[in-house]
Amino acid sequence: MLTHTQARPLIQERLGIAASGEGPLLLVEAPPDQWLALGRLAKAELGCGYLSFVSAVDWKEQGLEVVARVENLEAGFALMMKCKLGAGETRCPSLVPVWRGADWMERECYDMFGVRFEGHPDLRRILLPHDWEGYPLLKSYAVDTPHPPYR
Amino acid sequence: MDIEGRQVLEMGYAGAERLTMNMGPQHPSSHGVFRAILTLEGETVVAVDAVIGYLHRCHEKLSETLTYTQYPSIASKTDYVAAMTSELAYVRAAEMVGKIDVPKRAQYLRVIAAELQRVASHCLWLGTWCLDMGGALGGGATVFLYCIREREDVLDLFESLTGARLLYGFHQVGGTRYDIPAGWAQKCRATVDKIDGRISEFEAMLESNAFFMARTQGVGTVSRELAQEVGISGPLIRGSGVNYDIRRAEPYSSYEDFDFKVPVEMAGDCLARYRVRMVEFRESIKIVRQALDGLPEGPISSRPGVKSVGQVRIPKGEAYARVEGARGEVGCYLIADGSAKPYRMKWRGASFSNLAVLPHIIPGHKVADVVAIMGSVDPVFGEVDR
Repeated sequence: MLTHTQARPLIQERLGIAASGEGPLLLVEAPPDQWLALGRLAKAELGCGYLSFVSAVDWKEQGLEVVARVENLEAGFALMMKCKLGAGETRCPSLVPVWRGADWMERECYDMFGVRFEGHPDLRRILLPHDWEGYPLLKSYAVDTPHPPYR
Repeated sequence: MDIEGRQVLEMGYAGAERLTMNMGPQHPSSHGVFRAILTLEGETVVAVDAVIGYLHRCHEKLSETLTYTQYPSIASKTDYVAAMTSELAYVRAAEMVGKIDVPKRAQYLRVIAAELQRVASHCLWLGTWCLDMGGALGGGATVFLYCIREREDVLDLFESLTGARLLYGFHQVGGTRYDIPAGWAQKCRATVDKIDGRISEFEAMLESNAFFMARTQGVGTVSRELAQEVGISGPLIRGSGVNYDIRRAEPYSSYEDFDFKVPVEMAGDCLARYRVRMVEFRESIKIVRQALDGLPEGPISSRPGVKSVGQVRIPKGEAYARVEGARGEVGCYLIADGSAKPYRMKWRGASFSNLAVLPHIIPGHKVADVVAIMGSVDPVFGEVDR
C-alpha cells in the first residue's frame, strides 16, 4: 500500500509539484491547467478515493483560491489540494469527472463565490434561490447587503 | 422474509408518459425543509432532483463577523439535533491553529458530551425513521414515542450540565465552559444503564417485524466506491463496508484512552445502516461509562477566567479539524489572519455529503422506498444548508 512518504515523490515526478505539509497531511498547490491532472493522479494512483470537501477562499486582490481535501482511507493520509485562479479569474476545471461527490460541492462553491467550474454537468445555484444576485462569501459582498423580500 | 407464500399481483407498467412529482417541502418525511422533484414511470422513480437551501443562514459569512468566543454557541445551530458536535469541531479548529492545550479533564468531559449526544441523536433518528415508514410498520409511532422518551432522559442530563436542552454552548476554545455538577455522574450512569437495556427491546421489536425487514433489506444500496466518491461518512460509510471512523483514524480529545468497537457492515443497504447505528448506541454508552470511571481531576479550561468572554486571539494559520458526529465527519476548515475573528471558515456538514448520495441511489426504487432511504440517511437540514 502506498504511504504518504511514497506519495510525495510521486507527485513531484508526475506533475513537478513539491508537496508541503507535515506527516500524513500533504499540501499540494497546482495551477488551474494542472488541477484536473492532480485530481486524477490523487484518485487513481495515490488511492485518494474519499472526497471530503471542495470549497474556495477569497484572497481579495489576489483573487480566488479553490481548495479540495481528499483522503486515502486505507493508508490514512490526506491531500489538501489548492488552486489559485488568479486575480479576476473565476474559471476552474471541474473535479466531477474524478469524484462524483464534487457535483454538489462545486455547485455550493459556485453559489457562494461565483467560481465557474468548467466541465461540471449541472452548474447552478444550490443553497440560494436561482435569482439571487451576487456571491455572498466574496469579501466584497457586505454582510448587510439588502435583498428583496421572499416571495 | 418469505415472499413465496404471498401471491402478489404485479401490474406491469405499459404507459410511455413520465410523471413529475414533488415530494416535499410539505411532505411529512421532509420536515418542511427538503424538496425532491421525482420523475416517475408508474410507481418507479427514474430521476431525482434535490432542492435544498430552505434553512440556509450563511453560517460561513456569519462566522467571519463573530469572534472565536462568540461563534461556538452559534456553531451549535448548524446541526441542532447534535449541537455538541459542531461546537466541538469549531473550537478544535481554533485550538489547532492557535496550538492551545486542552486539560485532560476537559477532554474527558468533551467525550462524555459527544457520546451522550450520539445516543440522543440516534434516538431521534430511529424514532423519526420508524414514524416515516409508519403505516407499514404497524405502529411506527410506538417506536417514535419510546425513542423520544429515552432522548428526553439524555436531554435532562444536558439541561443539568449546561442549562440548555438543545443548543448548549458547552465547548469553548481551550476547554469546556461548565464542569459536571454534584451528583451528575450517578444520574448519568443510571440513565445510560436504562437506555442500554432498552436498545435490545427496540431491536427485538423491529427485527421480528417482517415489514420492517422487507422495507430496509436490499433497499438503497450504496457501493463502497460510490460511498467514498461522494464523501458520505459516519454510519453510512461504515454500512457500506468502509472502516472509517475519525475517532480511530485521527484520535482527538483522548479517544485513544477508550476501548470501543467500530461496527462495519458490508451490505450498504438501509438495514446495514440501521445495524451500524444500533451497535453505536451500545459503544457510545460503553465510552461514557469508561470516561466517567476515569474522569481526571483538574481544571476544565486552559484559559484563565473560565466564565469570561475575553477575546481569544489566534495567530495566522489554517487548520482542518474534523470530529466524528452522529452523522459522520463534521469538519471545520479555519483560516486565521491573526485577528479576533476568522478570515474564512468552511463548514463541512456531514449531512450535506450524505444527502448528496440520494440522486445516485434512489432511481430504480418505488416512491415508498424514497421515504425509507431518506430516513436511513438521517439528514439534519440545519447542517445541510448551514
